[in-house]
Amino acid sequence: MRYTQLSANEIAQKVQAGELKASDMLDASLAQIRAVDGDFGSLDGQATDPETDKKVHAFISLTEEMARAQAQAVDAKVANGEDAGLLAGVPVSIKDIFALENTVTTAASRMLHNYRAPYTASAVQKLMDAGALIVGKVNLDEFTFGSSNESSAYQPASNNPWNTAHVPGGSSGGSAAAVAAEETPLSLGTDTGGSIRQPAAFCGVVGLKPSYGRISRYGLIAFASSLDCPGPLSRNVEDAALMLQVMAGADERDESSATLPVPNYLEALQQDVKGMRIGLSPDYAGIAYPNHKTGEFEIIPVQEEIKQATLDAAEQLARQGAEIIENVPMPHTRYGIPVYFVVSRIEASSNLNRMDGVKYGFTVADARDLQDLYKRTRTEGFGPQPKLRILMGAYLSAASKKVNYYQLASQVRGMIRRDFELAFEPKGAYQLDALLTPTTPTTAFKRAEVFGDSVLMQYADQMTVSVNHAGLPAITVPAGLDNKNLPIGIQFIANHFREDIVLRAAHAYEQSTLDAVWRKVRPMALQEVN
Amino acid sequence: MKEYEIIVGLETHIQLNTETKIFCACKADSWEAEPNTNVCPVCTGQPGVLPRLNAEAVQKGALLAAAMHAEINPCSIFDRKHYFYPDLPKGFQITQLFEPIGKGGYLDLYMPDGEIKRVRINKMHLEEDAGKTKLEHGQRMVDLNRGGVPLVEMVTEPDLRSGEEAAQYLSQLRELLRWIGVSEADMERGHLRCDANVSIREKGSTAFNTKTEIKNVNSIDSVRQAITQEAKRQIELVESGGKVEQYTLDWDADTGKLSMMRSKEGEADYRYFREPDLQPVILSNAEIEAIKASLPELPYARRRRFVEEYQLSAYDAEVLTSERGLSDYFEEAVALYAKEPKTISNWMMNDMIRLMNDTGKSAKGLVLKPAALVEIVKLIDDGKINAATGKSLLVKVEQTGKSPATIVEEESLGLIADADSLRKQIETILAGAPNEVAAYRGGKETLMGWFVGQVMRATRGKADPKLTREILLELLKD
Ligand SMILES: [Zn+2]
Repeated sequence: MRYTQLSANEIAQKVQAGELKASDMLDASLAQIRAVDGDFGSLDGQATDPETDKKVHAFISLTEEMARAQAQAVDAKVANGEDAGLLAGVPVSIKDIFALENTVTTAASRMLHNYRAPYTASAVQKLMDAGALIVGKVNLDEFTFGSSNESSAYQPASNNPWNTAHVPGGSSGGSAAAVAAEETPLSLGTDTGGSIRQPAAFCGVVGLKPSYGRISRYGLIAFASSLDCPGPLSRNVEDAALMLQVMAGADERDESSATLPVPNYLEALQQDVKGMRIGLSPDYAGIAYPNHKTGEFEIIPVQEEIKQATLDAAEQLARQGAEIIENVPMPHTRYGIPVYFVVSRIEASSNLNRMDGVKYGFTVADARDLQDLYKRTRTEGFGPQPKLRILMGAYLSAASKKVNYYQLASQVRGMIRRDFELAFEPKGAYQLDALLTPTTPTTAFKRAEVFGDSVLMQYADQMTVSVNHAGLPAITVPAGLDNKNLPIGIQFIANHFREDIVLRAAHAYEQSTLDAVWRKVRPMALQEVN
Repeated sequence: MKEYEIIVGLETHIQLNTETKIFCACKADSWEAEPNTNVCPVCTGQPGVLPRLNAEAVQKGALLAAAMHAEINPCSIFDRKHYFYPDLPKGFQITQLFEPIGKGGYLDLYMPDGEIKRVRINKMHLEEDAGKTKLEHGQRMVDLNRGGVPLVEMVTEPDLRSGEEAAQYLSQLRELLRWIGVSEADMERGHLRCDANVSIREKGSTAFNTKTEIKNVNSIDSVRQAITQEAKRQIELVESGGKVEQYTLDWDADTGKLSMMRSKEGEADYRYFREPDLQPVILSNAEIEAIKASLPELPYARRRRFVEEYQLSAYDAEVLTSERGLSDYFEEAVALYAKEPKTISNWMMNDMIRLMNDTGKSAKGLVLKPAALVEIVKLIDDGKINAATGKSLLVKVEQTGKSPATIVEEESLGLIADADSLRKQIETILAGAPNEVAAYRGGKETLMGWFVGQVMRATRGKADPKLTREILLELLKD
């Protein structure tokens, strides 16, 4: 077996045991990147490679020197008989939205194309402290604003390794692609409305969005501060648990980080699902899309194969002793996207105010005066997605509005949260431990198929976004392939800070399907090279 | 000409004297630091950073609210106020709009004529200071050292009626801020900054007319002058048939002139919304009670008490309560020597204040503690040293840190109160002055003063005067 096919946990154990050198692991990872990634995304990037459409393009930049030094440090520790950490020698890619000291942190935007962060994000620091090798920064939708990676200012943007004519999803598309294409076994992503889970589902990998506050946001360039969560992408559930273990915990630099003790997630995986109450909800059977002429919601059912995969998973778990509770009402799910439009746009527009050309990043060279500097820097520095979101956020939070949309949306968020509270209430009607849903309404769409329709693109997040509103943990785990050999993801959602439960459920499902035929299929991008 | 009334409201920005900035670990004080040396990723608004609230700023803000008789909000919340300016690195200021730290409140002004004037507070909230910009060689330079210093913005109701009243308000607010220890309130250093809203109306009217806002009235004299001048301008304008427009004016303290900055027609849209990165600031009942309990006796109450309790003159009481440390010092000394508040007051008013001026120290900073002062006063009262020695002791204790008794001992400054040794010295003096002795005994009793003088000269002033006189009387009798 090639090193790059090892799981993170296997790598760390081999490295700790002296059976594998971190430096060799790094070489293997870099070789895989060279083999499958093709041209890295760059500003105004032009493809030079005739095979470019078959490549993954997960990366924006490598941090090879840093990774090399980290590998040497790990190898030295192992040689000295010291503990080299839970992630000893594990190559990790970082979504290029996290600050990493002395490296360019672009947010996939022209606005930050030359921004060298003067500090390191807390989550990234924890990975490094645990012996991880930070090999590079991966692509994303510009400032994480999108669900396909296509809005990145760094082109070519990532492709889906399963079918490179399809998008990897987003915004953590580079992360999902890098993990699926075995470039790095782990990637650090962020999830604001589904940005870890949707691309993970599209690329056939595991993606975990932890509870809001479980992992520090310090150093994550904010999209929507009340929704953003850093989280792991990996190829199996155990690796997601391992990476979460390393990153979880209080951070004095983030007031919203939780001070609750961090349980042992790897131990939680040892438990089975006997007696676990897992719910299915009709409100996750389709996308409720408001018809803005009639005001009525039209229900577009999820892709049949995804629906089937979800029901099959429920059956698998039932066979292992879980209790399946059907028809759990989640009536406010349909407001998830409209509320998200309000909350995320207002917060995003505010968070982007600091990009003014004064302190860092892109600046027009020949500003006539201060107003000209602001206007032209922001006009030329931002791509269409940030502009749309700034406009909408500014519109929604304007003082002239009679309605305080932010407050109103916060109230609806409370109703969405209430749906979950009722479902998880220990003395309630359903007493769920977890809710099982599809992760996405469809499998990965083709490039350019949805891009350009910002509203439709946003609705790709309807299955995932309520979890962000409620601040809950959720995981997506691969659950088969559709008739085009595109991956299907299913999602488990649990109550606040019960990452252990979603990990357990996902792990049980994963272990019961290890021999499934679809697991033998390799992503298209890997078939030629390996 | 009609009679007009001047309507003034003041907007003050008060820098709290916390150790660190309000949302990061940088020092709050960067006086005289090179530009942009007291900064970090948080206060320079780097992408990805998060604010973290400094609890000391909340404590001091709440203490100020208590001192202003405002209601301390048990759950105050921060909001974002958006605008673009180079000194505002995040493009928004973290402030409080909907749920500020203090609600309501007032400051009672003790006017020179003895009247008490109540000025109500309309708004009081916590926020972060911005950086500074300045033009240098045609370039606009940004210094973010000041960015993130904790501020309380406090706005009065339009309750003030003249430049003089506004000056009184500012001066008494400054005193209060220092007194309760929440701000250094040094206006020259920008710890306390002020904008004034000025309008006029016909006497008897209750309407509020269009007001102008004067920016940068950053000294007490400036406040008085600028408001007086602006009110005069408005009156003359209205008298000549003109109409006051809503301008923002800039006060130039050097030239003493007001200039128009901009007309203020459309209000800016700050797009306020709740700061999602900060938790609500929760203060329990017990915490609020503790904050209120920690509020010291305020200057005017203490002034009145000093007059009643220690029978000090109004003037002495005012001087002794001009600074909290000074009045604490006085009371500590009085507590150690209860029978003589007036004596202690005299020492404070003269020698102690001189000592503080000479050394540049505050009462709190002196090496000479109240106990040492009392010891010196007692040495004099007990006849162990004379008053001149006492005064010199103040300086010596301050310089050496030794106790007064030790210095008296080491430098033999004590009065000679030993009758035997003094008698011997006086006998020697009398033996050396047979003519004067004879004259005295012959009836020239006015020579007594000359004899005492001789003894004092021989003992270099250390002879106990009372004892000296007794011994002389006895020896000269023969
Ligand atoms: Zn700072």
